[in-house]
Amino acid sequence: MVDKIHVKTTINGLPQEFLVDPFMSLLETLRDVLNLTGTKEGCNDGNCGACTVVLDGRIVDSCCVLGAEIEGKTVETIEGMAGPDGLHPLQQAFLEEAALQCGICTPGFLVSAKALLEREPEADEHRIRYWLAGNLCRCTGYDKIIKAVQKVQA
Amino acid sequence: MVSTQEYKVIGTRPIRHDGLDKVTGRAVYGADIKLPGMLYGDVLRSPHAHARIKSVDTSGAEAMDGVIAVMTSADMPEAGDKIVDLGEGEINLKYASNHIIASGKVNFKGHPVAAVAATSTNIAREAVRAIKVEYEVLPSAITVDEALADGAPIICEEMVGDDLGEEVKNTNMASHFRHEFGDLEKGFSEATTIVEHRYDLAMVHQGYIEPQNATAVWNEEGRIKVWVSTQGSFSTRTQIAGVLQIDESRINVVPLEIGGGFGGKIPIYLEPLAAILSKKSGGKPVRILMDRTDVFDATGPTPGGWVNVKMGVNDEGIITAAESDIRFDAGGFPGSPVGAAAMCVFSCYDIANTRIDGYDIIVNKPKTAAYRAPGSTHVAFATESVVDEICEKIGMDVVEFRLKNASKEGSRRADGPIFPLIGNVETLEASQASPHWQSELVRDGGNGKLRGRGIANGYWFNIGFKSSVNLSVNTDGTVMLVEGSTDIGGTRVSIAMQAAEVLGIPAEDVRPTVVDTDSVGYTDVTGGSRTCYATGYAAYNAAKSLITKLTTRAASIWDLSEDQIEFSEGKFASKSDPELSMTFKELASQLNDTGGPVNSTGAVDLENAGGSFATHIVDLEIDPETGKTDVVRYTTVQDVGTAIHPSYVEGQMQGGAVQGIGWALNEEYFMSDEGAMENASFLDYRMPTSLDLPEIETILVEVPNPVHPYGVRGVGETPIVPPVAAIANAIYDALGIRLRSAPMNPGRILVALKEKNG
Repeated sequence: MVDKIHVKTTINGLPQEFLVDPFMSLLETLRDVLNLTGTKEGCNDGNCGACTVVLDGRIVDSCCVLGAEIEGKTVETIEGMAGPDGLHPLQQAFLEEAALQCGICTPGFLVSAKALLEREPEADEHRIRYWLAGNLCRCTGYDKIIKAVQKVQA
Repeated sequence: MVSTQEYKVIGTRPIRHDGLDKVTGRAVYGADIKLPGMLYGDVLRSPHAHARIKSVDTSGAEAMDGVIAVMTSADMPEAGDKIVDLGEGEINLKYASNHIIASGKVNFKGHPVAAVAATSTNIAREAVRAIKVEYEVLPSAITVDEALADGAPIICEEMVGDDLGEEVKNTNMASHFRHEFGDLEKGFSEATTIVEHRYDLAMVHQGYIEPQNATAVWNEEGRIKVWVSTQGSFSTRTQIAGVLQIDESRINVVPLEIGGGFGGKIPIYLEPLAAILSKKSGGKPVRILMDRTDVFDATGPTPGGWVNVKMGVNDEGIITAAESDIRFDAGGFPGSPVGAAAMCVFSCYDIANTRIDGYDIIVNKPKTAAYRAPGSTHVAFATESVVDEICEKIGMDVVEFRLKNASKEGSRRADGPIFPLIGNVETLEASQASPHWQSELVRDGGNGKLRGRGIANGYWFNIGFKSSVNLSVNTDGTVMLVEGSTDIGGTRVSIAMQAAEVLGIPAEDVRPTVVDTDSVGYTDVTGGSRTCYATGYAAYNAAKSLITKLTTRAASIWDLSEDQIEFSEGKFASKSDPELSMTFKELASQLNDTGGPVNSTGAVDLENAGGSFATHIVDLEIDPETGKTDVVRYTTVQDVGTAIHPSYVEGQMQGGAVQGIGWALNEEYFMSDEGAMENASFLDYRMPTSLDLPEIETILVEVPNPVHPYGVRGVGETPIVPPVAAIANAIYDALGIRLRSAPMNPGRILVALKEKNG
């Protein structure tokens, strides 16, 4: 066995320091080392987007990044989306528009959609569908997810 | 007939009670659980589709640091040939046990052979690789035709097949049954137009995003506790008890949040392995998670196979006879949904003379499981394509023909039952009047692509069965609702709403909780579109019982008899003295001082359900250069009985339609000649993304189900039935080419275009 790597990083605005196996993905690191289980595993090979997080301002599939790679960087996960003032408007819109059924893909969609609206608040329906095409949902047929994102834009 | 009933809670769109946890990442799914001292399991799976296991040497794994327990089929109790009822379908325990872990033979690639528990996921993975298995690879049979061919390898060697009641040995045909009514020969002799074709479908997967998982503790007292993602905590308990040969009461199944199922999370896979590894490690918790490849290779897809349909009509456009031959691959053990397919194949029509043959055939592929209206999509592809071909031949409008022949109250379904009040005609009429059907299809989009429109019908019978609900009143006037139905997509709220309607309080004031099998009465699976219907009915009964008990309490407070008190509009009131009136909340606040808590239970076992019909309309655009098909407009019309929470009803219709679109256009198990799935990832098994789809329009038709107090029909499954057929009909409209094999992917479309255009 190889030695663990010492990592200092910022997650959801809080400083974090931990040891991680060099082969562990960021997804495993978040879930198994830091107990941030809101980020979900659907495929572990970068195709479903259930593990989407924001790494230094960019959305990534956390299953395709190593835990050791976040040294000195900032990570935002679903757990950081709501604050003391309450839910993010996207979270509220997902509830009101019934944009989730089983809910396993929901954290990934919310993190992706938030990143889109921060960059392109005026994104049209096609652009929203294009941006969210990296997140798979098998329950909703996407209709209510798209409408929830549009509701926040309105 | 459309619902005119006035409700206060039903038909509104409250925010689901479990929503907050799911949008914040707090909701606990199966893979999120971490228990003190927990070990991590992994499973060794067969690389071969069909092989004899000559030896298994686990010594390499056992010698590794950090490996705590190793198991093979030798650790499983000997299961007899016993049939166990799971509520939705039955299982033979011997096959179930051999399916969990192979004994002597592997029947599909991915079939478990051994399992380990270790102190880390990584050690467990390495340990599995250190297990040496010697296989004698056998020839495999991958399709139903291969499996029935002379000289086919026999997969379940001891199985005795049932061929129309006759016992057959040395066969892959687990069963062949027949439903026959009227005089088929006479019916076809009365026909002036007869169309017959065979429709082939590839095996496809449910594609839930959350892989299977199980965590178990087998303690020193011989009690097992299992944390799991399942559609049915009680059916999971029954299966574990059967396979491990211990009493059900010694097993507690804790259902965690479930990340999609669609039928695929009714069978158990990992639970007995985790439990045995826990026992062998001295009662430590053991957690096993599947990865995506395991899910594709080794959990139940829905069958591939083929459906032949022959249909005859007379000069007036009346169907005089119909015949079908349905052959499904069951996977490596018996038990495909061919029986359900036979119940659905001609159910949209009233036909005097019918014969249906169904075949359940074992092949070297993963054992199939239910997938949303299991079997009905397959047969709708055949029947609804043939119906369109007949309409073209006799020059009749496709909706008029369907209306003219539509099954309705009193019609006999082709497998026997007489339909009660159903909404087939109403659904067709609503489709005909829909903005989509009434709009003109612009055939030339100016982009060189070819456009077409298609329509198709679908049916699912739905089921009732057993459910339990407990209610207890809080002194602040809210009510706790405890249920045994696992919530895949919003049933907590739709069940709570039915209780709230009875109690005259807001949906938000009923707090629903899904609990473990130790904490609530028996409840059948969340499947068969039964949850909102049957568990909702149990909640209704529990709420009625609560009102009766609260009426007694009000009577004792006011010193009246119960029959002098009425409950309406959320108030208890004296029939004679207008001064004596209390809201539900006011009465609740007095409970602790007037005799203590008031609780109630509701339990049902419903023999009947209300079947549901749907009609889907689709506009497609096909690129003749690439063969790629885009869905440009899609409308789902469905008889939903009564929509308790319309948003989640629409969500079921949209989600089912999109699964059907994927099935029609893309999804497929690509099998190698050796029986390996070659596209076992979400990259290569491509499910629809948001970019592949337009808005999915929904039209809710409400023909209340006469056997439910609020008229609820199941809604979850029917929406997956029409899409494959509707898309095939639209492709014909666009290209003039009849595709009879799904998926109708770009390759197939290009080949067909080339054949047509030379």
